[in-house]
Amino acid sequence: MIGYVLEVTQAALALLLAPGLVGLVRWMKARLQNRRGAPVFQPYWELRKLFQKEVVVSNNASWLFRATPFIVFASAVAVTFLVPILAVPLPFDGVGDLLVVVYLLLLGTFFLALAGLDPGSPFGGMGASREMTVAALAEPTIALAIFALALSAGSTNLGQIVARTMTAPGAALSPGHLLAFGALFIVTLAETGRLPIDNPATHLELTMIHEAMVLEYSGRYLALIEWAAAVKLLIFFSLLGNLFVPWGVSVTMTPSTLAIAVASLLAKLVILAGVVAVLETRIAKLRLFRVPELLSVSFVLALLAVTSSFLLR
Amino acid sequence: MASGHFLLGVMLAAYPVGALCALGVHGVVGRGLVAGCALVGALAGLVLGVVCLAAGLAPTFTAPLLPLTGIALRIDGLSAFFLIVIGVVGAAVAVYGFGYSAAGEGRYALRLLGAMLNVLLLSLSVQVMADNALTFLMAWEAMSLSAYLMVLTEHDQPGTVHAAHWYIAITHAGFAALVAMFFLLSAGDLTVSFAAMRSASLTPTVRDAAFVLALVGFGAKAGIVPLHVWLPLAHPVAPSHVSALMSGVVIKMGVYGLLRVTIDLLAGGPTWWGGLVLGLGTVSALLGVLYALMEHDLKRLLAFHSVENIGIIFIGIGAGLMFQSYGLTTLATLGVVGGLYHTINHACFKGLLFLGAGSVLHATGTRNMEEMGGLIKRMPRTAFFFLIGACAISALPPLNGFASEWLVFQALLGGSAIPQPEVAVIMPIAVAMLALTSGLAAACFVKAFGITFLAIPRSPEAEHAHEAPLTMQVGMVSLVLMCAGLGLAPFAVVRVLGTAVSGLERFSSADVGFTLGLPLRVPGAVGEMSPPLLALGLVLLVGLVPLGFWIAGADRRRRTADTWGCGRIGQTARMEYTATAFAEPLRRVFAELYRPSKDLSIDFHPASKYFVQSIEYRSEIHPLFERVLYDPLLQVLGTAASWIRRLQGGSVHLYLTYMTIALLVLLTVARGWR
Repeated sequence: MIGYVLEVTQAALALLLAPGLVGLVRWMKARLQNRRGAPVFQPYWELRKLFQKEVVVSNNASWLFRATPFIVFASAVAVTFLVPILAVPLPFDGVGDLLVVVYLLLLGTFFLALAGLDPGSPFGGMGASREMTVAALAEPTIALAIFALALSAGSTNLGQIVARTMTAPGAALSPGHLLAFGALFIVTLAETGRLPIDNPATHLELTMIHEAMVLEYSGRYLALIEWAAAVKLLIFFSLLGNLFVPWGVSVTMTPSTLAIAVASLLAKLVILAGVVAVLETRIAKLRLFRVPELLSVSFVLALLAVTSSFLLR
Repeated sequence: MASGHFLLGVMLAAYPVGALCALGVHGVVGRGLVAGCALVGALAGLVLGVVCLAAGLAPTFTAPLLPLTGIALRIDGLSAFFLIVIGVVGAAVAVYGFGYSAAGEGRYALRLLGAMLNVLLLSLSVQVMADNALTFLMAWEAMSLSAYLMVLTEHDQPGTVHAAHWYIAITHAGFAALVAMFFLLSAGDLTVSFAAMRSASLTPTVRDAAFVLALVGFGAKAGIVPLHVWLPLAHPVAPSHVSALMSGVVIKMGVYGLLRVTIDLLAGGPTWWGGLVLGLGTVSALLGVLYALMEHDLKRLLAFHSVENIGIIFIGIGAGLMFQSYGLTTLATLGVVGGLYHTINHACFKGLLFLGAGSVLHATGTRNMEEMGGLIKRMPRTAFFFLIGACAISALPPLNGFASEWLVFQALLGGSAIPQPEVAVIMPIAVAMLALTSGLAAACFVKAFGITFLAIPRSPEAEHAHEAPLTMQVGMVSLVLMCAGLGLAPFAVVRVLGTAVSGLERFSSADVGFTLGLPLRVPGAVGEMSPPLLALGLVLLVGLVPLGFWIAGADRRRRTADTWGCGRIGQTARMEYTATAFAEPLRRVFAELYRPSKDLSIDFHPASKYFVQSIEYRSEIHPLFERVLYDPLLQVLGTAASWIRRLQGGSVHLYLTYMTIALLVLLTVARGWR
């Protein structure tokens, strides 16, 4: 029973923290660029504002356009039940493994891309085309990173991967793990639409990917999509944090360990947000046709990760 | 097995009756009889397969059915499974075909089409039950020829005859390989039963030769790269329900044959057999999806996806064969079961997608995606069915494509159990390529669905499209239900497949450690997932959010307005993104493979270069294997043929001389042989 309570708590926490995480990255970036920046809580107010606004839908759009925000949001929230954000093993651990997590997120991307095409706007089509290109090219890296993790844990189940690294701390520093971390980090940037692949802050339509795709959305639909995107960022950050550096994740479900779990989660999120903020300050956006090169770097990292896991077995 | 014999009898009677009715009766009654007989036969076959698998009997029964010499039928687990595949798609196609072929009334040879549909279904069913080489080869040839005649149905359309030529040439090259293979296995006597072939002791060289011949023969039918070139030509030009049957079932006979020969008759072989199958599968999967992305003919796009999915099936089977050669029976079973699971899944969603494409063709009269658009409002049901098929083929959970790709992934992840690292390292590469394939497939189906069904119509034909007639919808619905059912109950499917495979020698069911529990648990606890719970969760979440809005009293106002066009008023279809534009980033990324060429000609106004009167843009890609393999081959063949033509002087005396010389040479050779 406590497990199910924990599941719901975890999902609620992820939903609650996600906009703040986006705000935190933005705030840190602003400070690094000598700007004062909007407060960390700005995304919450934006969401609130959007939820109160009227929805404007293109008269070309079909039911698919109206259903997509709900499907995207549902797929992101479903994943928060599967990913070990606070504790292992979760009762829903057997419902979906790491492959399911990846394909559930792809489900959201798939529908979002369709919704980008639905209003018939060239921006939406452009965004959809680019988003699917990046998503497809990131896929082999993700699969190989999963392979590397599964190889040392003997399972693709998230709970087992975390538990395995905890019992054998040396594994966290093995070359396979470190290389897989590097690969997955690049993929995180690609999948969550960060620099240098996509610019989340741009308002120049021709350079954006995700923002172009959702250009026609407004009001509560836009709020759901933005929220889901924030949750996706949080999911990828907690995957990076908890799969590769699992310490702090609760295994005994007592109040004290859970408190530690929350604290360590926050610490990991702040650190990763800081890294992303520094990165986004230091580097410029890549041209779209240079993106495959970056993704092939991540692919090579992942392939090396698997190979070294094989050799050091 | 009295019920088994009864069902077999019904099936074997219904198809010939259907074929005869088709030839004899005109018009709507004739089409009704064709559809009815095909439906009865397909359902009888389906039930027969289910009954045999449910009974769990490996060698179910032998039917010394016809007094005709040489015909022998026997059903085991593998046959029963393929009977189910044939039955499911055959039934949907029969019902759909009734409505679809009405449009060709008075224009095409519908009676021949109906007769051949029944002959094709009969030959498919006989083929999977064949118990000796002769029966198998006869059914195989009947299948190929009836499909050939159906491909030719719309002979007045451009490209049809050309496509049929390619099809019949490659099919017969494959058939020659199969005949040679069976001669090797049966030591020259084609009526020897499969049981005798199993126990025959062959030298390793003969076994290797038989395997390579089987791979060529069955690979040509399955459409494996580089023998796939006929597939994207022939499948699109056939009537759509025939395309569905060809892509859904006929190419699966290559899978059936390969399994029957390598795993059953030859009982596995050295590691390189599996490695070769795995490698060909990987290349086919990737090239199939890459060429599909560049395709703007909806049915050709689907045909290229058949190459891709056959590749995925071969990846599973190849991994299974490799594991088998190392004695890793659990993983071997997992790989083969994954491949078989994908076989029935692909039959269902590709059948569905071809039927959907047929409805679009029926409504708009074109296969060119660049002339479609906005169909979701004009044919909402077809659009929804096509969307389900698109999600399933893109391996999105919780539909069936995901379940089988997940199993294949798990089998490949088990590759670390292979003791030799230099062999084991093939597995992660296959995993990466499979992942790339599924990502690209998702991109391709965003294009296929988005450009065809969404936004504004791009042509008057699309503007005035109409929903498909009821029978066509029924055909599609049945496959939609199969896609959902196969996706939601993988534990049951995997169990049944375990039974099917355990019928094969050297694959014992004891190795299949799948539990009946809700999560799909893989031996050695490699991974777990539960599609029904996932589906439940997604449905709940999709429902809960609007409920939350309602409770929170969120704003419910909604206004429709024009799509934002940077302040420009009045949007036209010409502003939309096209299929070519959608695929452009990937065309650039893989330019090395596609070698695209483009023609751009701009007509300027004579007065000034700044006023453009018209722009013409043409772009083509040059497929790899046509370029490097078939073009040179055809050239050599052409040269050789024109050289040989000189022998034909037209004089009877000359021909008599040739015959005499040939006879003498043969006699001398035969004499020397002794």
